[in-house]
Amino acid sequence: MLRFVLTRLSLVIPTFIGITLLVFVLVRLIPGDPIETMAGERGIDPARLALLRKEYGFDQPVLVQYGFYLSRLVHGDLGRSIVTHEPVMSEFETLFPATVELSVCAILFALCLGLPAGIIAAVRRNSIFDHGVMGISLTGYSMPIFWWGLLLILLFSVQLGWTPVSGRIAVQYYIEPVTGFLLIDTLLSGDFGAFRSALSHLVLPMIVLGTVPLAVIARMTRSAMLEVLGEDYIRTARAKGVPRFRVIAIHALRNALIPVVTVIGLQVGVLFTGAILTETIFSWPGVGKWLIEGINRRDYPVLQGGTLLIGAIVMIVNLLVDVTYGMINPRIRHTR
Amino acid sequence: MTIEALENSVIMAQADALPHPLWEFWSDFRANPGAVAGLVVIAVLIVLALFADLVAPHSPVLTNNAVFLRPPFWQQGGSIAYPLGTDAIGRDILSRLIHGARLSLLIGIAVVTLSVISGTILGLVAGFFRGVTEIAIMRLMDITLTLPSLLLAIVIVAILGPGLMNAMLAVAIVLLPHYVRIARAAVISEVSKDYVTAARVAGAGRLRLMFKEVLPNCAAPLIVQATLGISTAILDAAALGFLGLGAQPPLPEWGTMLADAREFVLRAWWVVTLPGSAILVTVLAFNLMGDGLRDALDPKLKR
Repeated sequence: MLRFVLTRLSLVIPTFIGITLLVFVLVRLIPGDPIETMAGERGIDPARLALLRKEYGFDQPVLVQYGFYLSRLVHGDLGRSIVTHEPVMSEFETLFPATVELSVCAILFALCLGLPAGIIAAVRRNSIFDHGVMGISLTGYSMPIFWWGLLLILLFSVQLGWTPVSGRIAVQYYIEPVTGFLLIDTLLSGDFGAFRSALSHLVLPMIVLGTVPLAVIARMTRSAMLEVLGEDYIRTARAKGVPRFRVIAIHALRNALIPVVTVIGLQVGVLFTGAILTETIFSWPGVGKWLIEGINRRDYPVLQGGTLLIGAIVMIVNLLVDVTYGMINPRIRHTR
Repeated sequence: MTIEALENSVIMAQADALPHPLWEFWSDFRANPGAVAGLVVIAVLIVLALFADLVAPHSPVLTNNAVFLRPPFWQQGGSIAYPLGTDAIGRDILSRLIHGARLSLLIGIAVVTLSVISGTILGLVAGFFRGVTEIAIMRLMDITLTLPSLLLAIVIVAILGPGLMNAMLAVAIVLLPHYVRIARAAVISEVSKDYVTAARVAGAGRLRLMFKEVLPNCAAPLIVQATLGISTAILDAAALGFLGLGAQPPLPEWGTMLADAREFVLRAWWVVTLPGSAILVTVLAFNLMGDGLRDALDPKLKR
């Protein structure tokens, strides 16, 4: 097991160094040097430009600059935003819980609908229900979610007036952040109205962000279940007289879940792609919206730092999924 | 009967016994109603795109001060002159959608062509040369795959500057790793087969082995992935357009149209719903056809 974890880690570290190099090089490719960008349109006096260049190390060879960049990175310093002058790291830390809360709820939503739908579709193969689920899930998979969000706003917020259009919570509530997850913080504060407000703000973004994972999970569950249901041990269990429900829910599902868990792990990157769009549509104050604003304001440290942090997080989650997978499924551990 | 005629009839008889592979493929593909529906939609879109100038009732960029935000013809205030209504500056939505089909298909096809060609070459090189070359290529692809696709595309566009061309390039780079991986995996499984050894013994050079012998036998998964890739390319390019990083107004790109329409959500449902439906229908059609192609081309998956 230790060996398995170490091999995985040995693959992850070069990838991480690669990402730092990629992010470093990409930002260097932007025309104009960072000091000039920081100075903005007002321009800067040449003597001061030279001084600042020296101060930030931009007069050094590129390789040395990359070294500086890495050493700052190791100390958790990702630079400061050009617009707000706040450290990129602390801005990320404040906004990240909002993205996590949205993503976790979206995945739970996708699981709660996708797993049962996939299981029933597999059990009733070729029924109307099966065709319906597969049709809907292919539509969900093809959905431009930025449009889907607008449609839901049009229907539920504008026509029916059931949910708010944007934000995380109504303005009249101030909740002291404890965990950063508003659903939990509002419950801790005991203000039920605030909790309801947070929940109603969450529903639409959650559905929008959960749509693609829902489609993927339903399709994956169905095909994994179909494969498992054809196995001999299932027939044996049925022949022994195990009730049909027990065979499906216990014997078959446990094995069918293995590929499903992997797929959920792989959804992290997809979720983040979706979060960028969902947060932009619903003005959800998370890192996706922050990055888009960073681009529109040409705030390169935010873009650079944010990309690196998100890359690192996706990588760590993938590593964890890999390791858990190896733990539940010894076949994987030994073949690789 | 001459000898040639006899030979011909023998060949014909053999051909009758074993249907041509293409014919077999078509009959498998035809059995899947979803795939056929997808194909029909795509064919209609291609015709519309080719003849956009003839089919569209108005110019896609011509503004008309007299008709701001006209609803579609079946609603009160709509007129048949603008069948699907007009947008905030009086442009005909139907014409913009038709011209948008041309843009979206071009985006999808151009992006995937670029991505498939460079990805296949990189994959072939990685699979044939192994060693350091392979490690370098595959590590680079791993890094590209680690970053969420839209984020990577956004970063690339941020550097190159917003615009349709740069957005297409960014999406092509994002799609690249899939083709590299497929091509490499296919090459590695093919290279050890007897026919490749035979060709090598017969004196075939490396380039001939790569492109004449191995590549045709790896084509099926690449074709399937390419079809599915077109839908991803259209979707990602529309997302970039929606974020203001892709095609710039007044280009009638569907994502860009949606971005323009956002502020009119409350007043004019048609400027929001129609471009999005166009994206959904197109992407769905390519996904349906891609699934059908995969089932028809991959005997292992045949039901």
